[in-house]
Amino acid sequence: MSNPDDSARGASPWQRGGADDPRAHDDSCRDCVLSSRVRLARNLVGFNFVNRSTPEQLSEVVHRVQAARLGGPFEGGVRWVNVQATAALDRLMLFERNLISRPFVEAQHPRCVAISTDESTSVMVNEEDHLRLQMLAPGLQLRPLAARMLELDRTLERSLEYAFHPRFGYLTACPTNVGTGIRVSAMMHLPALRLLEELDKVQRAAKDMHLAVRGFHGEGTDALGDFFQISNQTTLGRTEEDLVEEFAETIVPRFVEYERAARRALLERDRLAVDDRAHRSLGLLRSARLLSLDECIKHLSRVRLGVALGRIEHVELAHVDRLLLEAQPAHLAHATGLSLGIAGLGSAGADDRAARATAIRGAWR
Amino acid sequence: MERTCDCCPNPAVVHEIVVRDGVKAEVHLCAEHAQERGFLMPTSHGPALIVGKLLEQAKAAAPRAPKACASCGTTMQQVRETGLVGCPLCYRSFEQELSPIIERAQAGACAHLGRHPAQAAELVDRAALRNRLARELREAVAQEQYERAARLRDRLGELGAPTALAPNGAEVAPDPMGDEERGGAPS
Ligand SMILES: [Zn+2]
Ligand SMILES: [Zn+2]
Repeated sequence: MSNPDDSARGASPWQRGGADDPRAHDDSCRDCVLSSRVRLARNLVGFNFVNRSTPEQLSEVVHRVQAARLGGPFEGGVRWVNVQATAALDRLMLFERNLISRPFVEAQHPRCVAISTDESTSVMVNEEDHLRLQMLAPGLQLRPLAARMLELDRTLERSLEYAFHPRFGYLTACPTNVGTGIRVSAMMHLPALRLLEELDKVQRAAKDMHLAVRGFHGEGTDALGDFFQISNQTTLGRTEEDLVEEFAETIVPRFVEYERAARRALLERDRLAVDDRAHRSLGLLRSARLLSLDECIKHLSRVRLGVALGRIEHVELAHVDRLLLEAQPAHLAHATGLSLGIAGLGSAGADDRAARATAIRGAWR
Repeated sequence: MERTCDCCPNPAVVHEIVVRDGVKAEVHLCAEHAQERGFLMPTSHGPALIVGKLLEQAKAAAPRAPKACASCGTTMQQVRETGLVGCPLCYRSFEQELSPIIERAQAGACAHLGRHPAQAAELVDRAALRNRLARELREAVAQEQYERAARLRDRLGELGAPTALAPNGAEVAPDPMGDEERGGAPS
């Protein structure tokens, strides 16, 4: 077990993804899709589910998983973090980096997480299910991601026996997650739809397609500004390939198309206003002395739209996406040595507005 | 005043009140629309009889549902409160109660179609192979290709004991664990 303290500041390696990175091959939807995520829920045979286990049983689950061969993305190295024994700030860091979930930050019971060296992959042990496997990639890359995930699952399965039911499929603590146990999601940037007040339509369309729409950090969080996480809710009755293909090839592209049409409409309506909005926000981020998280996200979103539309030059989308991460409270606290209130998941903690303004101001050269 | 049908102005004869997740939903249907929606009943019977029948059915069904999971002790009441089951065997203990909940959450789907654990997958593959070989064997015999038939019979023999025959005539794989599901508490 190592401490998450050595976690590099700034973007996770998978987010940086240079040109030589095979995962960086498809950037065609990067204007609207920040990142892709695939999650898999699995439980071990011979144990009660986490909600019904004693601490001793949960420790035994941790031992079993740590003894298993992880392979795949972990071949290059694995960092096991004993989350139960980790300080609050570091737990929040892991959360902001999307390596662990919100409930996992706050739980009290024995639990740990395995993180691959490139931070693209993590395995939470004793979240709601014994295993929650997760993979992340920038842009829209759900199909390659899902393929790698299912491979990792097969590797794990050689050392661990999963709870399975012929009719219900892979069994999960929550009865509505059974079946494939797979959840695919895309973090989407939909500022134009919001400006044109079309988001209700988006929400309704998502509901009709049995999708969940959530905020910046997934389950249990509110949408932060113009960022939305869209994920499948149906996990039963269809194959993994079928689910992923529909999501990646039909559903996400449909939202991308809505958003792009809205962006075109905005430009047609008043190009100068779009320009002005983006550049004002860039100016503000370059000059502000006090910057709350909400304000920061709002203006980064406007800058991002300007960059995506080619109205702001010499700034890359990946750079804006990195700042979206660095502006988060725990990252900021870590980078500046500021203390962070335990309740400081939002902006309710220590006043970090000055620190945020300084960090963001210096990020544009 | 008498209730009218949700779909037309005729008097309603079927009244269903369902409370799910604390939300009460009411359905009122006339005889015709009730039949259309699959509420099976003879048109001459009034609502009271229908309700009586439903109650009878509910009573008949109730004793079969165990009060608590034999493996982990979780009750259906607790499942409703927490939204979580306690162990893999809960899915057998509460199969009846969980099925409609799962179906509703899964847009009507009720059976898994994706991958299986490798061991189960192997058995499913073997059953599929067995089916194919058996079909080919029947064809070979019908076409009096006895050498081919002999080879197929040997191949079938290598695959081990014949599997159970499903009602539709297709062979099915035996359950991998000799039981309905894998799971349960540590022994
Ligand atoms: Zn009617
Ligand atoms: Zn149970």
